Amino acid sequence: MAENVNDWLNEHGDYLYRFALARLRDSHQAEDAVQETMLAAIKNNSFEGQSSARTWLTGILKHKIIDMQRKQIREQPVSDLVDLEADDTTMDDFFNEHGHWLERPKEWDKPDSALEQKQFLSSLSACLDKLPAKLKVLFMMRDVHEIENEKICKDLEITPTNAWVMLYRARMGLRKCLELNWATR
Amino acid sequence: MLTCRQTSQLISESLDRPLPFSDRIKIKFHLFLCAACNRFNIQIRQLCVAVKMLTRDTEDDDSIVLSEDAKVRISKEVASASTSKHH
Repeated sequence: MAENVNDWLNEHGDYLYRFALARLRDSHQAEDAVQETMLAAIKNNSFEGQSSARTWLTGILKHKIIDMQRKQIREQPVSDLVDLEADDTTMDDFFNEHGHWLERPKEWDKPDSALEQKQFLSSLSACLDKLPAKLKVLFMMRDVHEIENEKICKDLEITPTNAWVMLYRARMGLRKCLELNWATR
Repeated sequence: MLTCRQTSQLISESLDRPLPFSDRIKIKFHLFLCAACNRFNIQIRQLCVAVKMLTRDTEDDDSIVLSEDAKVRISKEVASASTSKHH
């Protein structure tokens, strides 16, 4: 069985790594996710060749990524959790006491060329990494994996209301950051 | 009438849960009158699309590879895990 692993690593290792990196946004964790996948793959070898090895391995990897995201969130210091779940003042950066925008959202430039597209995505990438870790993970789970809200809440042991508020903050923060880094260059 | 703050929060929530009819009407009414929230509404949706594009971009980027070091390490880990199983 173990000899398969080298074949898998050579044929699919790079792809699996990129797949994990795109979602975990951390090279060490992405490597760990690939390792966990290989370990799981030899442990309960349910691959029977109906689907391609890559599809089968990617299926395992998806679960490993979610496990790691769950861990990323659970390992947050308690003080952070309190901050994010109970503190409503973070929105005061965006609105005045009457609920009006402090700074009205500006029109974004459309990335026209392939180069501009690349620049736009790299601004977005930088902005994502500036989000508080917990918001980032939650945002990735919801808007990239499109995991059902209900499942996220169960997995992370948070209430739906908390999840909505945190996702709102993540999106507000990302939008603002992009506006500063991209739209008004 | 909803404030911009309430409207932006409800717009975000509408991506995560079905909103009651009454909320949807209130949002529509606010968006009819407020250019800033209209822009927010569009951008927040563009954001979702853009993050998915970013994910795909990373996935398709052949210049990103699993390092040889990592491959060796993973292969060793797996080998030792599978031998310890047999004992």
